[in-house]
Amino acid sequence: MQTWSLVSICVLLAIIARWGVSLNSYSGAGKPPMFGDYEAQRHWQEVTYNLPIQEWYFNTTNNDLNYWGLDYPPLTAYHSWICAYIAKTINPEWVELHKSRGYESTQHKLFMRMTVLVADLLIYIPAVVLYCLYLTDGSSKKKVSIMFCFLLYPGLILIDYGHFQYNGVSLGFALWGILALGLGWDVLGSMAFSLALNYKQMELYHALPFFCYLLGKCIKTGLIGRGLFLLVRIGVTVLATFALCWLPFLAEPSQAMQVVRRIFPVARGLFEDKVANTWCSLNTLIKIKSILSGDSQLYLSLACTLLAVLPSCIRLLTKPTFWHFKLALVNSSLAFFLFSFQVHEKSILLAALPACLLLNDLPLMALWFLQASTFSMLPLFLKDGLLVPYIVTSLGFLFFSIYLLSALDHCSEDKLRLGAYNKLFYWLPKMDLAFIVRWKFYISIAAMVGLSIATAVLIPPPHLPDLFPVLVSTTAFLHFLGTFIHFNVVQFSEPPSRKSQKKSN
Amino acid sequence: MAADSCSWFPALAVGVSLLKCFFISAYRSTDFEVHRNWLAITHSLPVSRWYYENTSEWTLDYPPLFAWFELGLSQVARRFDANMLQVENLNYASPATVLFQRLSVIVTDVVFIYAARECCRCVREPKGSRDVLSRPSFVLAVLLLWNFGLLVVDHIHFQYNGFLFGFLLLSVAKHLQSQHLQGALLFAFLLNLKHIYLYVAPAYGVYLLRSYCFAQDNKDGSVRWSSFSPLRLLALGAIVTSVCALSFGPFIAMVRGREFFFCSGAAPSGSAPSVYRVIKNTHHDVEELPPASMTGGLVQEFEHSVLPSVTPAVTLVCTLLSILPAVASIWLRPHGAQGFLRCLLLCALGCFMFGWHVHEKAILIAILPLSILAVESREDAGIFLILTTTGHYSLFPLLFTPAELPIKVVLMLMFTIFSFTALRKLHSAQGSLLHPLEVIYLLGLVAVAIACEVVFPLSPWQQRLPFLPLLVTSVYCAMGVCYAFLRLYASLLLRREEKPKQL
Repeated sequence: MQTWSLVSICVLLAIIARWGVSLNSYSGAGKPPMFGDYEAQRHWQEVTYNLPIQEWYFNTTNNDLNYWGLDYPPLTAYHSWICAYIAKTINPEWVELHKSRGYESTQHKLFMRMTVLVADLLIYIPAVVLYCLYLTDGSSKKKVSIMFCFLLYPGLILIDYGHFQYNGVSLGFALWGILALGLGWDVLGSMAFSLALNYKQMELYHALPFFCYLLGKCIKTGLIGRGLFLLVRIGVTVLATFALCWLPFLAEPSQAMQVVRRIFPVARGLFEDKVANTWCSLNTLIKIKSILSGDSQLYLSLACTLLAVLPSCIRLLTKPTFWHFKLALVNSSLAFFLFSFQVHEKSILLAALPACLLLNDLPLMALWFLQASTFSMLPLFLKDGLLVPYIVTSLGFLFFSIYLLSALDHCSEDKLRLGAYNKLFYWLPKMDLAFIVRWKFYISIAAMVGLSIATAVLIPPPHLPDLFPVLVSTTAFLHFLGTFIHFNVVQFSEPPSRKSQKKSN
Repeated sequence: MAADSCSWFPALAVGVSLLKCFFISAYRSTDFEVHRNWLAITHSLPVSRWYYENTSEWTLDYPPLFAWFELGLSQVARRFDANMLQVENLNYASPATVLFQRLSVIVTDVVFIYAARECCRCVREPKGSRDVLSRPSFVLAVLLLWNFGLLVVDHIHFQYNGFLFGFLLLSVAKHLQSQHLQGALLFAFLLNLKHIYLYVAPAYGVYLLRSYCFAQDNKDGSVRWSSFSPLRLLALGAIVTSVCALSFGPFIAMVRGREFFFCSGAAPSGSAPSVYRVIKNTHHDVEELPPASMTGGLVQEFEHSVLPSVTPAVTLVCTLLSILPAVASIWLRPHGAQGFLRCLLLCALGCFMFGWHVHEKAILIAILPLSILAVESREDAGIFLILTTTGHYSLFPLLFTPAELPIKVVLMLMFTIFSFTALRKLHSAQGSLLHPLEVIYLLGLVAVAIACEVVFPLSPWQQRLPFLPLLVTSVYCAMGVCYAFLRLYASLLLRREEKPKQL
């Protein structure tokens, strides 16, 4: 069958999966007074449409920042404005100032879900298709398989189409950036990534790899001459993109400062709720939040994050190849997730996107991590009433990625890049590492299934009400730590040779 | 890529089952309440009251074997939510109820999956190594397992057609494999599960009598009366009577009045693209349409005032006339199991087009078996593409809620793209599948779809003529169905003589 028909069928299947999930409930459905992220997005449409731009980020009588105040950069606000404009033509009640607070109806839900789908169709899905067709190796059937698994990643589908968010836009822009960089269009790539940054500030997790890759590339091309010229072009593009996005706020410095204050709320503490990162997991053993002061928490997290991120980025700076870039993206976002300040569980999506890029090269590790990332958000899904979509999408992703990518077949030491471990642990007796890895995978999946069932079905004992969310986040944390260490080891070992890659297809 | 010989079928089956789970929260039609009511009736009431119970308007009107099936399901339903089994709980639809009912359809589809596997085994594989996606068995598996009509009718609208079609396709597969007694047994079961399959009973009856009871043919293909085997006839008779006894046993006295709509005077309802739709619509150009008569489901009288009224007797005569040539053809010049299959299709289409109280879902009785022929012959593939596209499109009015619009459009696109590209690749050596005029007709279907789904709801005529899209859809599709019917007839009657197989 021709590639175009296979690609269209896969994209259509991905759309069905997304729309199927969107038939379910959303965050904060029917839960006044605050509701949830769905109401937040609707409220931003209300605010951006009815109020002048200067009031969007300020606390005024018309704009109560305590009720879902805008805390994303301007591009999100502009997107909300466009959605509000369309909403107004369909039904003005949806965005009426003050009166539309907590508005819920089936038509409105349909409209909101449509906005997510349209944004995905315009930005995220084309980026995935182009990436898989042009930047992966193998036969066209292999590329389509990877594209299918990429599009089927449950975490993003459940958060965007279930919980309700627009991560597809920021991740999509970032993916366009990665795509452009992979094709050698550095300036366009940096523009795309700047757009991603201006949509969601969490994209900063990816900023260091982009910076180091481009800087490394410029240095390699020669800092005197072409390299410098490239650097200047990139710098100018980035600054121009930022200026364009922030234009309305640059008139007064107070405007710009207020936006920055809203998008970087440093007063909120080391972590909130149960999240699968180091601090929350450590907190179960030692109560760090109470031992250290707010400022020391900030410095500790900053120091740890930098320490975790630096090896990978320096390696990328010295060897600016696309392979190292992909690995650095995973390592950097994982480092930020594990050690940074005020991390939300949804931020794991920022690490999941680069992991999807590795589905071709390291299928088993990538899909293992992606499954763990979906699992880590289980308490959130349960709160939103998304248990059935969670089960269906996870099963589907697991089954098809193992089947189509032959992840468990191509499980030799060479394929899993385990050679480095042999060198590291040379004093231990020689073991069949691939066999161990496969069994660890089975046990891990069994543990995730078991914990999922337990969390969904069992009632925790009264003296430990948060038992299951804590167990879930600790298990996920161990997976993420393991993934972080593994991908760092891989980044520091030899890259896959062209020959071995061709053989695997 | 994992493309070894056996693993693609389970992958397709798992994939489609997971896809079906996405529709658990989707729109449900009144058929959902119908089946919940039947679960309640069979579980809570004694057998003697099953066909008399009418607390709910959705009385039990399937044959007894289906009632036993519902009883079996109700034993599992108890563990999900016992309240759904109370007859008084009309329109009860707790989340556990919805989950149970949806899962029951998905799980009972295992019969259909098994039947599809058997059908794939009957398909001839051409020699030479081909990649999995181009094999006839793979294409057939997708056309059956991922059939748009079944997905939409069973898993969104809500019915148990997958389970029932499993029996039909398994029976056909057994006949294709020359295991006629098993095929007959399965069909007897099927008839006792849902009587709509009477549509194809003439094909079974004539084929088994002619090709199984008469063990040999003369050299020119005509019947050799001396080879009549009373033993075989007795075996068939025993099978049919024992299945009916099993199913009807407790009910002989009770079922008489309820089963057949013939007597209850139902107008051709819903939007089935039958011949009567064409007549009715011509009639409505002349007279104002009374609002209640177009919606399907409940039975009512309808009298045409200008054109001749359509009575049950008239439809019976028309139906019998339409299938007579096909049935006669397999009596006089049998073409083995392939001819039987063709006759089955013609009976199904004939009854669909001329029958009384036909639902649009009945088009699936023709579409699914035609898939088997489509992967083997270029001409049948062309007929299949037309029948499938129009037949599936005629199911669109079943899902009229806005939330399901993306689902039905995307699923339809998926199935259409696959069927066109895969069948074209399979038969690429023999020329193009569709005549240019046929292509134009199908493109016109796209125009009709856009007009009905997008343009019409936003136009000023939406208030005055709310049923116009329904009319246009069914008239346009009726043309396609009639055309497919005629072409199938041509392919049966004008087929070159094949040596009939000895059975």
